[in-house]
Amino acid sequence: MIRFTVNGERLETDVAADTPLLWFLRDNLQMTGTKYGCGMALCGACTVHINGEPARACSTPLSAIAGKRVTTIESIGSTPIGKQVQAAWLSEDVVQCGYCQSGQIMSATALLAKIKNPTDTQIDDAMAGNICRCGTYNRVRSAIKVAASGATAKPAAPSKSSAAKAKA
Amino acid sequence: MKQLFQTTPVPMKRRQFLKATAAATGGLVIGFTLPGGNKMAAAQAAPAPNTTPNAFLRIARDGSVTVQVKHLEFGQGVMTSLPMLVAEELDCDWSKVRAELAPAAPQFAHTMFGMQMTGGSSSVANSWTQMRTVGAAARTMLVSAAASKWKVDAARCRTENGVVIGPTGQKEGYGTLADAANALPVPTSIKLKDAKDFKIIGKPTRRIDAPAKIDGSAKFGLDVTDKLVPNLHTAVVLHPPIFGARVKRFDASKVNGLPGVTHVIQTANGVAVVAKSFWAAKTGRDLLVVEWDLEPGSKANTADLKKSYRELAQKPGVVAKPGNVDALKAAAKTVTAEFEVPFLAHAPMEPLNCTVSVKPDSCEIWVGSQFQTVDQGAAAKIVGLKPEQVKLNTMIAGGGFGRRANPTSDYVIEAVEIAKAAKVPVKTVWTREDDIKGGYYRPMYVHRVNAGVDGAGKIVGWDHTIVGQSIISGTAFEPMMVKGGIDATSVEGVTDTPYDIPNMQTSLHTTQTGVPVLWWRSVGHTHTAFVMETMMDDLAKAAGKDPVAFRRDHLGKHPRIANVLTMAAEKSGWGSALPLGVARGVAVHESFGTICAQVAEVSLENGKIKVRRVVAAIDCGLAVNPLTISAQVESAIAFGLSAALYGQVTLKDGVVEQSNFHDYPVLRIADMPKIEVHIVASGAPPSGVGEPGTPPIAPAVSNALFALTGKRLRELPFKV
Repeated sequence: MIRFTVNGERLETDVAADTPLLWFLRDNLQMTGTKYGCGMALCGACTVHINGEPARACSTPLSAIAGKRVTTIESIGSTPIGKQVQAAWLSEDVVQCGYCQSGQIMSATALLAKIKNPTDTQIDDAMAGNICRCGTYNRVRSAIKVAASGATAKPAAPSKSSAAKAKA
Repeated sequence: MKQLFQTTPVPMKRRQFLKATAAATGGLVIGFTLPGGNKMAAAQAAPAPNTTPNAFLRIARDGSVTVQVKHLEFGQGVMTSLPMLVAEELDCDWSKVRAELAPAAPQFAHTMFGMQMTGGSSSVANSWTQMRTVGAAARTMLVSAAASKWKVDAARCRTENGVVIGPTGQKEGYGTLADAANALPVPTSIKLKDAKDFKIIGKPTRRIDAPAKIDGSAKFGLDVTDKLVPNLHTAVVLHPPIFGARVKRFDASKVNGLPGVTHVIQTANGVAVVAKSFWAAKTGRDLLVVEWDLEPGSKANTADLKKSYRELAQKPGVVAKPGNVDALKAAAKTVTAEFEVPFLAHAPMEPLNCTVSVKPDSCEIWVGSQFQTVDQGAAAKIVGLKPEQVKLNTMIAGGGFGRRANPTSDYVIEAVEIAKAAKVPVKTVWTREDDIKGGYYRPMYVHRVNAGVDGAGKIVGWDHTIVGQSIISGTAFEPMMVKGGIDATSVEGVTDTPYDIPNMQTSLHTTQTGVPVLWWRSVGHTHTAFVMETMMDDLAKAAGKDPVAFRRDHLGKHPRIANVLTMAAEKSGWGSALPLGVARGVAVHESFGTICAQVAEVSLENGKIKVRRVVAAIDCGLAVNPLTISAQVESAIAFGLSAALYGQVTLKDGVVEQSNFHDYPVLRIADMPKIEVHIVASGAPPSGVGEPGTPPIAPAVSNALFALTGKRLRELPFKV
């Protein structure tokens, strides 16, 4: 039996200890917000927090999380920083296909928990492991800055930068 | 793909296609009957049973407005842009608009291509009149319902934000009028708004689908679970090590009995391990021993292909566009150059997957498909049912870039085969390795061009030879899209060049390699724009002209293209000083009815190419959602940059040498240039935005590198 918590809920499981956390979340708990993208910790789509640190769930066996706290995209909005990040993601209209965004948001939230106002280089470093094939990177960057500034999104109108860019 | 599907556009006769459908839960439902000319859709699938009304629009009693989007949402924003078209004419409250993806049904056929599909950057263009008509019809019926309730002339009522307003200030919301409106006949004469009256179209509008994509609640195809499909199993398939090899025999003794594994099934293209979870299936696959018959397989070697393609390029192929290339003898200066681009995988973030449940008299599929009609028909054949007995639910997809629009329906057929044999519902999951090694690549091509300018700097002749595989040959689309041995996708962007080039000849050698190929975001333009726009730069240099001025000199018949080029040049500060070690390059290309010009600023950092800034201008006709247009141009540039800087699939003795993002790298955040997108104001009907931003980026970067280093790079990905 391996015991740990997922989004605050205590769990114990006898699923094989070498099963990656990703597939335990997706197949056993049917929590599908955490995505599969590469299975080798190369793309970041499966990013979760383990004891508050960003981790790639595809390459984390259940044996490695015994006694630890797992936080996923499904509950990140209940933390103040996570909520702020999600709001910024909406105000900057970041998502396109959206598949990588769970991982992007988990990485961004972990970054802002450590560094309140990250520089571009710090953003590059923290987000380097998260691939987006839609190329939403510039909006990811601006959303992180919006979230950092605490300027909560106003969902009714696009932000000034987006509006200016889009001006016909 | 617009150029490929040169089928006759299906004219929309409103009287024929609009109808009000009985709504099970009340409210107003606007559906469609089949337009008379829609033979393809009619032949492939009859109307589905009326369980889910195949309606474009439902207005519920609570006033909520639901638009069924007939195209796949895979990032390009159709779940927002198509509802915007409906909402504009409906005059409804945008905050009450919801979007759903439509299942496969004839009503949802593409209005130009006659089958339900998403491609060719055509979703908004083909929905432009159709979706506005839906909204306008519903609005007219709601007004009529209110007018008859108030016993006033409908012409004296108006609408605003989901409310009908009567002549003496009566007000009633759409929700409470919906039942009465649904009982009325659909109007036969519908007048659409003048563009000057648009309130929603043209307004930067945030995506409807974003909230579900930031908290993990959005359900992609891969997210189908037991909750939606009881007793769901997962299948992982071992595909052949080389394309075209077959299973000779397999040994599943180490697999059978593994916890969770339920079936091991041979398919047409491999052996599937079916289990109660992905990890069990994957673990089983790793232990599977398969003996392959390699004889029928492709033994393609990239090194050999390079050599043979370059040899072929030395002599003309099948002439796609004739021209008197002898005229080149009179040129003051000529440029002869060879170009090479590799096979490319699409590598969407969501790996391919497909969920299938087969019953004796029905089959249900959940898939993020760009080709619903084709996939539905292919599935029907496997299970021996009629297409209309196959219910295909369209799931949102995590990217696709063409991979989910396969004429062979490869990944759908495979899932149906497995579910049929396993007799349990099955979700197939492709690993990233399966995806990268799985074929259906953008084909490898070699181009050879010999072109010249006269003493005045005008092009006098152009001899262009293209070598590569056909995407279309051997598919059901061949009769429509391959003419006289020329696959239009192999030469698009060359034969239809807007440049004023006399004596231009284009010829094509169509090769066979056994490596499956497919369209990849912007299709033929991925390579033809690279060649054309790099050549234009070389010729500008030969003519001693500025690259922008030289292009403009040859765009006399295309003021719209010249205008986009000028806009990008001006906004980028073309001609102004740059910091030492930074240079600009320009490219402009039309694809899918849209023109995009880009100026790239490039430097070298520690021997690596750094694209610092890209200024893009786009003319896509009337800008429906400027936020989406900017996002799509940014996206298309990032996609094209991944290919220009990193992307290549290579083969050794038939085996694909790449497998995952470590050896098939794609753009990451630190590589992303600053991007500015400028949209040309236009009143022309909207054209595509998903793809046209991809073709110009590789030549713009190549041209900047040339300006920076004097060295011309004509092979992708760039090696400096």
